[in-house]
Amino acid sequence: MSQTVRPIDEPASQNEPLLQVRDLKMHFPIKEAAGLGRTKKVVQAVDGVSFGLKAGESLGLVGESGCGKSTTGRMITRLLTPTAGQILFKGTDIAQLKERDLRPFRRELQIVFQDPYSSLNPRQTVSNIISTPLRVHNLVKKGKELDRVQELLERVGLNPEHHNRYPNEFSGGQRQRIGIARALAVEPEVIIADEPVSALDVSIQAQVMNLLEDLRRDLGIAFVFIAHDLGVVRHFCDQVAVMYLGKIVEQGPREQIYGAPQHPYTQALLSAAPDLGTIRGVPPKERIRLVGDVPSPIDPPSGCRFRTRCWKAEDICATHEPPLEPKPQSTPGHAAACHFAEPKIDLTAASA
Amino acid sequence: MTDPASEDRKDTMVESAAGQAQTPADAKRGPAVATRERRQGAANPSGETPYLVVEDLTVKFPTADGLVSAVNGLSYSVPLGRTLAIVGESGSGKSVSSMAVMGLHDPKRTKITGSIRLGGDEIVGLPENELMKVRGDAVAMVFQDPQSSLHPLYTVGNQIVEAYRVHHQVSKDVAKKRALEMLDLVGIPNPQRRFSQYPHEFSGGMRQRAMIAMGLVNDPKLVIADEPTTALDVTVQAQILDLLNNLQKEFGSAIVLITHDLGVVAEMADDVLVMYAGRCVEYGTAEDVLARPRMPYTWGLLESIPTVSAANERLRPIKGLPPSLLNLPTGCSFNPRCPYKDRVKGERCTTDLPELLPVDGAGAHTSRCHLHDKASIYEAEVAPRLG
Repeated sequence: MSQTVRPIDEPASQNEPLLQVRDLKMHFPIKEAAGLGRTKKVVQAVDGVSFGLKAGESLGLVGESGCGKSTTGRMITRLLTPTAGQILFKGTDIAQLKERDLRPFRRELQIVFQDPYSSLNPRQTVSNIISTPLRVHNLVKKGKELDRVQELLERVGLNPEHHNRYPNEFSGGQRQRIGIARALAVEPEVIIADEPVSALDVSIQAQVMNLLEDLRRDLGIAFVFIAHDLGVVRHFCDQVAVMYLGKIVEQGPREQIYGAPQHPYTQALLSAAPDLGTIRGVPPKERIRLVGDVPSPIDPPSGCRFRTRCWKAEDICATHEPPLEPKPQSTPGHAAACHFAEPKIDLTAASA
Repeated sequence: MTDPASEDRKDTMVESAAGQAQTPADAKRGPAVATRERRQGAANPSGETPYLVVEDLTVKFPTADGLVSAVNGLSYSVPLGRTLAIVGESGSGKSVSSMAVMGLHDPKRTKITGSIRLGGDEIVGLPENELMKVRGDAVAMVFQDPQSSLHPLYTVGNQIVEAYRVHHQVSKDVAKKRALEMLDLVGIPNPQRRFSQYPHEFSGGMRQRAMIAMGLVNDPKLVIADEPTTALDVTVQAQILDLLNNLQKEFGSAIVLITHDLGVVAEMADDVLVMYAGRCVEYGTAEDVLARPRMPYTWGLLESIPTVSAANERLRPIKGLPPSLLNLPTGCSFNPRCPYKDRVKGERCTTDLPELLPVDGAGAHTSRCHLHDKASIYEAEVAPRLG
């Protein structure tokens, strides 16, 4: 299970991942008020991201806002066309496919959005929302749509009798279930879940997390799980990739990322998460406090992008960009992009 | 049935009566003394003299569908230098109750009863011009979304200057000096330049710092922070929480922290009040409520959070949804979602609203639940699952 994350150059084996992303880049051009287009500046939202995802597995993309995790998710589902790089789904590169050729792949790659309020059309009934993908992909015969819709509603834990209702008649958690039913309608192999529970209350969050777990177990759907909540990612994902300013800074099996993080940013992120353990008598973990804000992705720092906030930074960090590679202390599948990577064990011992 | 006092519990407002129980001696001593007695009745878990006292607060909104009781018989108190965290899900009344403390409800559309006292002075029923003097001066509020709570067309510096000059008769130069001091204090680098920038030129974390600077410019005795870090990233959240902690140490103000994140509560709070459907269901020191909770709803909240030890196990969510405030269940509001209600003899959970009672018969840790052996159920069943 832990072999999904591997150097991208490694030859494909029979263990070929379902989804393979290679050196994916998304640069958004920005207009400059005075420059009249002479100096073209771009926002380097995602700048060279590579990972693999096997069938039925779940990969967590974590990072702070602006690190490019959602943009990555949108590129994989081709809601955005990448500037460069490959997205191999079962060996076919879909990164630059035209809309018509893309359609069969859209069936396989579905997305669940963060905000269950703005991601459902308020003027369509639930039945309409869920059956649209069925019609688009010709998946059910006429007249059988309602049966399938009700089956899906039941699958996500909603009352099938409620198919005629509008989104405003449902609570946040129920709406998120509708969004999940819509993604399930076309029987995808991969679901990109973009912060699927962060808009929900804690008690409802756990309900939706359990639903996602069930879908993964029963239907064998692979997940790319995008979230900023480290606890939720640890719960759901076998593999975790930590992103900072458009790049993956550390990647590996869950146990390694949470148990022995090597990149300073991962360590800072884990130690910053508020902690329930201290109150139950667990000794407080060591605190790493980052100073300042994330630099602008328009003009990212040279070399290592994290060096402006890093306490370990030296001259080499400004001149040489550290590659994402296995480190001497790494266990298989664990890679970090840092010149001074070393494992730190005690950061999450107590966290909840 | 087993408890002779159960008859009394049919009264839905018992908790208020309990706070104000007057002995004959009280009545003789006259109203002034009775007030002091009452204040002690709402004493906070630390036992210190509180600065903010909220007593039997009820906030009702008339709507097209009827009168909604967003907050029902809420009592708590916060002394200077202490932090009270109010925890609850959306719609539990945590924000509504704090807005009442700030006097932010439109008196035409809201019915507020009960008492809110700041350093002994009653706020409920004050006219708007009196409230203006309190608001921003003795009490400051830090909102969740710094993007929408700063005015986009005024420079950040101007907004802080204005906040200061509303309550202090000083020249603009003096106020500017004060504003620069505050920007520096909350850790905004280069205050001189930042002073004349607009909110959109600030990052999210910087905006929240500016909000805090604005809130603290008048040295408030009480700061109400409504989800101050919910919109922020983890590393920035940690910075802001540190900042609030340090400022509290420096100024000794009381903080009411409204949040849904129990991790934040554990890091920040001295006392914790858990709200459900407009009522307080558990109240005590942070240690009591988080390490020895005595209410199934609090258990459910704690169990909903993924833990390390149970990384591969299923989460145990609270089943169902929070009730509509228009149509609250009879008895305990939590009873339709409570997995333990079968263990209470008879139908008490569905007929009688439990009182907010001390969990061990005495002391400051209170909870609202009919279960008899809460401590043993928690230790035997819930605590092991929390890891």
